[in-house]
Amino acid sequence: MQIPYEVQARPDTGLYNAKLGIWLFLASEVMLFGGLFSAYIFLRMGAQPGYWPHGLLNVPVGTFNTAVLIASSVTVVLSWAALKMRKFQQYKLWMGVTIACGLLFLIVKLAYEWPQKFHHFGAFIKQTSLEKYEPYLGNEHLKEKNLDPRVEISGHLHEVVIDASKADKGKLDAYLKKHHLTAEPDHHDPALTMVKGEHLTPGVAEKLVMIPNAADPRISGVRITGYEVALDPVNADPTNPFNERPHFWYQNHTEKLARIDAADVETVSSFAPKHSPYFAVYFTITGLHGLHVLAGVLVMIYLWLPIKGGALLYKKNPEHLANRVEVVGLFWHFVDLVWIFVFPIFYLL
Amino acid sequence: MADSHAPSTDSAHAAATHDGHGEHGSAHDMHLGLYLGIGITLLVFTLITVGLAYVDFDKMLGGHGWNIIIALVVASFKVCLVGAIFMHLKGEKKTIWRFLYFTAFFVAGLFLLTLLHYADPIFGTSYNTH
Repeated sequence: MQIPYEVQARPDTGLYNAKLGIWLFLASEVMLFGGLFSAYIFLRMGAQPGYWPHGLLNVPVGTFNTAVLIASSVTVVLSWAALKMRKFQQYKLWMGVTIACGLLFLIVKLAYEWPQKFHHFGAFIKQTSLEKYEPYLGNEHLKEKNLDPRVEISGHLHEVVIDASKADKGKLDAYLKKHHLTAEPDHHDPALTMVKGEHLTPGVAEKLVMIPNAADPRISGVRITGYEVALDPVNADPTNPFNERPHFWYQNHTEKLARIDAADVETVSSFAPKHSPYFAVYFTITGLHGLHVLAGVLVMIYLWLPIKGGALLYKKNPEHLANRVEVVGLFWHFVDLVWIFVFPIFYLL
Repeated sequence: MADSHAPSTDSAHAAATHDGHGEHGSAHDMHLGLYLGIGITLLVFTLITVGLAYVDFDKMLGGHGWNIIIALVVASFKVCLVGAIFMHLKGEKKTIWRFLYFTAFFVAGLFLLTLLHYADPIFGTSYNTH
């Protein structure tokens, strides 16, 4: 059955079916992302002083990814224009570049940015213990300058101190071996055990409490009593005015170590969604955006490959292929448009 | 807005839709420079956004939240460029604009509800201590 106005525009609206459809879809997408941006505003406005982090993301990498998306927005419109001009080879080239840009964006996000966050350690200190950690927080200095207090100590997790006296030793050894970790008596208190190793991430550390009790496997046999952290520059030198505002270049952790008692900690985790409302909404929005990038890339690959509904359509009806490219292009520009807001609100502000 | 189609663009679209052979590609040729120009403008404004984030406007202008307002104004300008040129909203058909009027209305309502809590903020939050 021939569907009317699949290629030709309907005379009264001037639109072909798919264009009407994609704009209705984009309208619903505006509401979807609008809802999430609204959640961002609520979470940010409701954050207690010091609990909305700044400068935790890698700005140069974010800027690079923004440039990649903008470049792909140009190339996708060039690929559509090439089809309109009936220059098939140019279409293949520009669409190929667009697909490559989309994949590059995803690779940077998934293979670099996100994993870096999952290896970063952060501990929110209890209000009652903030004074004890003043050398790492510099709150007196911040108060003088009328700035928000610091409530988190972050960096690279160097080692975790545990009380493993009641643990199932076999299970504990197996867990340590699996993650290439070593255990030795703690320097401060030999009754405790110090666990360390190159592969010690916050995620691996927190799962130590899953090791069962030797006497009763239903309960935990390990209690985390402290963390030793190679501090981020902001905690290593908290009164330095240089650390009062976020930096453009990503600041790697220092070699300065700090010991944090588990009893003084409100929450502790990697920079995963559970870390804070900030990372929760960051991963939700960038995750959903990433899925949109992936969806766009898949559709563009379909239109680029020499298959029936894709590039082969050019021989049968070049205008039909041009319409399909225009529709995926509209979707792709929308994805770019969302990122234009995502980039400043998470990376810069 | 909806009726202000550039005549040249419209005729080129119509021709390309009907002939299917591409003799009328010159209109798209002319746009190639425009697309590249908009791309470069967007890149430049991305760098401007990054640069502006490191200027402490609250200190400069007094008050609170200037950096957020300025960054969102720049972002909105970029979004307008993408919408008008890349998404061809400049000179787009009436039906599409009607969809967008409705969307704008509802999304404005959504953000209005969100921003209502300026009127009744939670005590002890960042907003309240400044």
